[in-house]
Amino acid sequence: MSLDWTHFTPWASLAGGVLLGIASAIFILVNGRILGISGIVGGLLGPKPGDTGWRIAFLLGMLAAPATFALLAPAGFLSAPRIGAGYGAVIAAGLMVGFGTRYGSGCTSGHGVCGLSRLSPRSLVATLAFMATGFLTVFLIRHL
Amino acid sequence: MTRAIEFLVGLLFGWGLLLSGMTDPGKVQGFLDLFGAWDPSLAVVMGGAIAVGFFAFLLARKRSTTFMGGVLHMPRSRDIDKPLVVGSLIFGAGWGLAGFCPGPAIVSMASGQAKALVFVLAMLAGMLLFKLLDEAGPRRQRRLSRPPAGP
Repeated sequence: MSLDWTHFTPWASLAGGVLLGIASAIFILVNGRILGISGIVGGLLGPKPGDTGWRIAFLLGMLAAPATFALLAPAGFLSAPRIGAGYGAVIAAGLMVGFGTRYGSGCTSGHGVCGLSRLSPRSLVATLAFMATGFLTVFLIRHL
Repeated sequence: MTRAIEFLVGLLFGWGLLLSGMTDPGKVQGFLDLFGAWDPSLAVVMGGAIAVGFFAFLLARKRSTTFMGGVLHMPRSRDIDKPLVVGSLIFGAGWGLAGFCPGPAIVSMASGQAKALVFVLAMLAGMLLFKLLDEAGPRRQRRLSRPPAGP
């Protein structure tokens, strides 16, 4: 292993992480909800009455993020995303992420951020599991 | 009022993903690539988020209602069961394959990335597939008799 100093962004990533933490904090303390994206989206498929408004309001905020961020961030801050996967892999990955996060009751935000923040053993197991197959998959596609 | 707060929290969360670099799949895969040039950024993102989240949930646990007097929807499930583990294993494989998880994919889609849009549509199909299988399967009765697990 060697460190990728070209792409490592300690300060921006720390600041971004703190924002994610603040958003999760407001969501539980003010709105009373766990900030988990797969759960918020998944709950819109066949929703219960009266359970959609908060999900849609939150997702509209997320969708407004790139345009507003571009106004606030210095020009050229966001480099073009590196999407190495082709369309076939992107579709397969999307299906797995959608199915897996609903079956496993959470993703990187619900289990990884909120679950670990509240020291949930369940979320620790989930996080270790998705990290393990994440590491394995990247090893397979990059080194074999 | 609460709708406005939910919108602003979504906006803040999206900004956090953009600022942290997590909307770049190459950065996520750079973290998952232990045997190549390793980019530790994702670990720093998680550390920063959890450092704040830890105190928020410490406070939430001591309260019976939200600051607005509403219901605190804390996850109640404590079972470490097969769905949790198998679901998370499948999620991780998809995450590594494209470098997208649900939040960054949605924000990238809003940035106009065509592949992110395709990913989100496939993700919705995967969620729908789970829902259909879950409702058809033998776990239906058990699921109905208790609240949804949550993270």
